[in-house]
Amino acid sequence: MTVTAPSRTRDQMTFPSPTRPSADRAPASLDAQQISAWFGKRKVLERCSLTMPVNHVTALIGPSGCGKSTFIRILNRMHEVIPGAAIAGRVELDGVDIYGSTLSPTEVRTRIGMVFQKPNPFPAMTIGENVLAGLKLTRSRVANQSDLVEECLRRAGLWDEVKDRLDEGGMSLSGGQQQRLCIARALAVRPQVLLMDEPCSALDPISTRVVEETVKELASDVTVVIVTHNMQQARRVSDQCAFFLVEEVRQPGRIVESGPTSQLFDSPQDSRTFDYVTGRFG
Amino acid sequence: MTHDLIDLTEVDDDLLDVPRARRTVTPVDLAEALVASLASLAFVVILHVVFRQQSLVGAAVWWFLGFLVAYSLLVRDRSDTETAIDRVMTVVIWATGALVTAVLAWMITFLVIKGLPALRPGFFTQDLSKVGPLNPGGGAKHALIGTLEQVGIATIIVVPIAVLTAIYLNEIKGRLALPVRFIVDAMSGLPSVVAGLLVFTVWVDGHGFSGIAGSAALVVLMLPTVTRTSEEILRTIPDPLREGGLALGAPQWRLITRVVVPTALAGLMTAVILGIARAIGETAPMLLTAFGADSTNKSPFKGPQDDLPLFIWKLIRVPNARQNDRAWTGALILVMLVLVLFVTARLIANRSQRKLGRAR
Repeated sequence: MTVTAPSRTRDQMTFPSPTRPSADRAPASLDAQQISAWFGKRKVLERCSLTMPVNHVTALIGPSGCGKSTFIRILNRMHEVIPGAAIAGRVELDGVDIYGSTLSPTEVRTRIGMVFQKPNPFPAMTIGENVLAGLKLTRSRVANQSDLVEECLRRAGLWDEVKDRLDEGGMSLSGGQQQRLCIARALAVRPQVLLMDEPCSALDPISTRVVEETVKELASDVTVVIVTHNMQQARRVSDQCAFFLVEEVRQPGRIVESGPTSQLFDSPQDSRTFDYVTGRFG
Repeated sequence: MTHDLIDLTEVDDDLLDVPRARRTVTPVDLAEALVASLASLAFVVILHVVFRQQSLVGAAVWWFLGFLVAYSLLVRDRSDTETAIDRVMTVVIWATGALVTAVLAWMITFLVIKGLPALRPGFFTQDLSKVGPLNPGGGAKHALIGTLEQVGIATIIVVPIAVLTAIYLNEIKGRLALPVRFIVDAMSGLPSVVAGLLVFTVWVDGHGFSGIAGSAALVVLMLPTVTRTSEEILRTIPDPLREGGLALGAPQWRLITRVVVPTALAGLMTAVILGIARAIGETAPMLLTAFGADSTNKSPFKGPQDDLPLFIWKLIRVPNARQNDRAWTGALILVMLVLVLFVTARLIANRSQRKLGRAR
């Protein structure tokens, strides 16, 4: 059921220590093992295992309410922010358990960044400040701030649109621009993995296309995991896919099938996957 | 051949490329309102002649009620019940707003008329120590200094405690949040004279009257207002912003200082201003703590000190026109002080928002 990483190039023992400057970080693989999740007494995920290899784009697909968002939030310890939330299982970042004592939740989140469904730039900051927000919030120093701002905005595909108005507020941008600003903001802390929870669901088709292009380009220097409702999008941007499904109401969500995107879409092993990707339901 | 076809190009040319006026008031609307008000006036005249209704306020209330009835009947006659209800509600809401504005405007006009005669530059540079009750001159310098010091000290103490408590209640959501909120709510119902009594018993009775004792009483009064308002302001900050900060690896404290508080800054400032407005006019607790004085006492730490509410209270109760004039001028200054504070806070808040080009 699970996809195995092609080859683990990095040794567990050379894992960068938390004190090491963030600029040295290389993309890392993420390995979720037997993840179950609860909100209070309600179990929403059961024994989900998935390996997200280095430099790959992994798409999480499935109908609404099947636990995709919960799963992706577990990958950078954002699930536990919600009161009453609990998890079982392990998540390993290059072999180190992110729920273990080696890494603090804040350290985990600087290594594994996240972009949310609705763009959430900080209203009290300018565009430039928004890009640098992660550094300020983690008290990291960087030699040349304006270079970093330009680099991150370029990578997020926003530079040309905002280069003359970096001093304006982040809220003055359009929805699609705000989302790319949030991507730039996430990139500025140099995460090893970037999680995206339906990043295009609030965007128009043109902005969506721009964000998709960005995602594809990002894959060369960061491992990307993306939740999407849009199967064409999953097909366009991802290298591998995991299909989540709740089989009966009030049951927890499970990973029905995962594998290379082409395989999942063209020759799915499970009949339920076939039904979903061919649009029979969902 | 194409004679009976409508020529669309010609129609289009007739339309002007300028913004159209939105919903204008037609002469019929005006006529309806006029007829309704006249009918209602007749009704009031009947009340006066037949039922000997005398009071002017009563006449105004009856006239307004009569107008509403007549107006709704007229509108319903021309259109339907729904429109009539809509129109009547519009009138009622407009009238409420106008009433509140009128009361406020009347109060301020009244204050200006009463307060202006004694308002001279000397009012800000002299106190009452060297001037007899019947003599001209003298001023409220001592009271102004007292008010600024007492309220200033209280504000400096209240702001950090209140904002930190609000952060505890809404951001940290600790185990004690519920009891703390309950106590704060209970505190906001505390009569101000009781706060004064409290400070009088534990401090003044033994150490004597002083400005800082007044500040202590004001702290007790301001704390619940500022805390609860700040908490409500923090509650309006959407959770996605907090999640955005956390997902960047921010520890909670930095998230609060760098994202939550800056976003809420304008609202928090309003909360503080509301607290100051609550405190600046307090008289009863000040009688028991600062006590009041006629001479200037610059030190808030030692000896009785005057403030504007005490100044007003003391001078308005004597049967002496000159002293009464001074009291009115004191009241005018007090109101202006609140107004200036309020406007300044709004300007600062607006400027910080305009810099970021936020809509609205």
